[in-house]
Amino acid sequence: MDRDKLAVLAISESGFIFDPVTGHSYTANSTGLRILELLKDGKDMEGVKSAMADEYEAGEDELSVDINDFIENLKKYFLL
Amino acid sequence: MKKEYVKPYIKKQTAGVMNKFGVTYNKGHREEIEGVPVAQITDKFGSPVFVLSEKIIRERYRTIYSYFSSKYPKAKMSWSYKTNYLDAVCSVLHQEGETAEVVSDFEYQKARRLGVPGNKIIYNGPYKPLESIVTALKEGAMVNLDNFDEIIKAEEAAKSLGKKFPVGIRVTMDTGVYPQWSRFGFVIENGNAFNAVKRIQHSDYLRLEGIHCHIGTFMLEPNAYKEAVKKVVQLMRKIEKEFEISVSYLDFGGGFPSRNKLKGTYLPPEVSVQPVENFIDAVADTLMEELEPKEYPEVYLETGRAIVDEAGWLITTVDAVKRLPDGTKSYIIDAGVNLLYTSAWYNYHVEIDREIRGAYENSIIYGPLCMNIDVVVESAFLPPLPKGTRLILSPMGAYNMTQWMQFIRYRPAVAMIMTDRSVEQIRRPETLQDIVGPESVPAKLKKFNFKE
Ligand SMILES: Cc1ncc(COP(=O)(O)O)c(C=O)c1O
Repeated sequence: MDRDKLAVLAISESGFIFDPVTGHSYTANSTGLRILELLKDGKDMEGVKSAMADEYEAGEDELSVDINDFIENLKKYFLL
Repeated sequence: MKKEYVKPYIKKQTAGVMNKFGVTYNKGHREEIEGVPVAQITDKFGSPVFVLSEKIIRERYRTIYSYFSSKYPKAKMSWSYKTNYLDAVCSVLHQEGETAEVVSDFEYQKARRLGVPGNKIIYNGPYKPLESIVTALKEGAMVNLDNFDEIIKAEEAAKSLGKKFPVGIRVTMDTGVYPQWSRFGFVIENGNAFNAVKRIQHSDYLRLEGIHCHIGTFMLEPNAYKEAVKKVVQLMRKIEKEFEISVSYLDFGGGFPSRNKLKGTYLPPEVSVQPVENFIDAVADTLMEELEPKEYPEVYLETGRAIVDEAGWLITTVDAVKRLPDGTKSYIIDAGVNLLYTSAWYNYHVEIDREIRGAYENSIIYGPLCMNIDVVVESAFLPPLPKGTRLILSPMGAYNMTQWMQFIRYRPAVAMIMTDRSVEQIRRPETLQDIVGPESVPAKLKKFNFKE
């Protein structure tokens, strides 16, 4: 995964995300923000999943589907 | 302690469009149908399952019939079998007093088998085998003839029975709607219908008794019925004068819409579809304006969709969640277009069985068939649905349970919620035997030679 684009994002705690390169802005919810942080920290999908499983009340299967979906969304926005 | 999990989302802000930030709660979820929990129905019958409500069928019928009969003294209604000919559905409507309107020998036999006497059947349609006309005439059914060849066929049938029988004709006309259903019946405007009556009246075995028309289905314009009534009454007057007969029934068919969102329409059905009363007004008020009290013939409506469509649902289950290469969210459910004939022109109302938090997205709902055409709902605004979520699709009562086909998968159970809220199975799910029963394999094809 190419994380250069993620690295430059300005992320506020309220969920507002600004991309200074393109000028686009995004909103995310708390779990979305957490996944972004974990990705920025260099975690791969497995790493994101196990971190999320430790922190949240959610099953591994549900998490992998959701994280996969989230990542696809980031690709759609050309953030990954 | 672990934190509560909400499905993650990220959404791009678009200039000029208000972005609501935060979690959207789905207030539209539905846990029950007519007082029966969705889970109770699926526990008993599995998924997918069609569900019909006895109560709503009766209520819809009563609303339409009582309004019609309050406006026209000789109001009659006949149940359009093709709209939904499950025995239990027909039985509810026969209990309410509707006769049977059939368009084939199969439907005729189905009505007879259910206990409808021949003289409570209207036999319509563009193709009626000779033997079926013989049976229908003999049993006293009202037979509406579609074309000149059929007049000759009916004459032959009557002749074989050795007496003169009353028949009706199906007519067609321009009512200002497009497309005109001109392929059914005799054209009024060019004199074709009049000539048909002339031919009938000249026969030793037939005489004209009634006039039938059906101007189309899912009509959105009540004025079309005004036109139809005017033209049919004019034709009736002309015939009665010319041949010194009295026409005893007029039949204006079906075609009233249900509250369903047609594809390509932007307004919700609550706005784009006029209430059924407006259509009945168009028929009944025009009749009252055009007719003298001494002339009042019996007037039939063969309303199908407007009675049964909103009395039906399909419960189906999300089996997989997928994001398409273009980023669109999609779901695969366990019911496909083979069961959902009306998916071709309806955008179904989609409800989910539980509260789901998360950002709403326009999503596509695919069926389980291994076919590109298997798109059940092209666009539904949905929160992130986990696998296993039940979707309740509606309205489903009209045309699906007759036009569904056995293709790739079995057809599922149909359940009816009775007025006391008990739930009855009115059609069991299909089994392999139901499908292979009629087949046979020539002896020489029975041995296989698989290569090692
Ligand atoms: C002759 C006839 N009568 C009644 C109907 C029922 O129509 P609807 O379900 O639109 O009311 C049809 C359907 O096409 C029909 O062909």
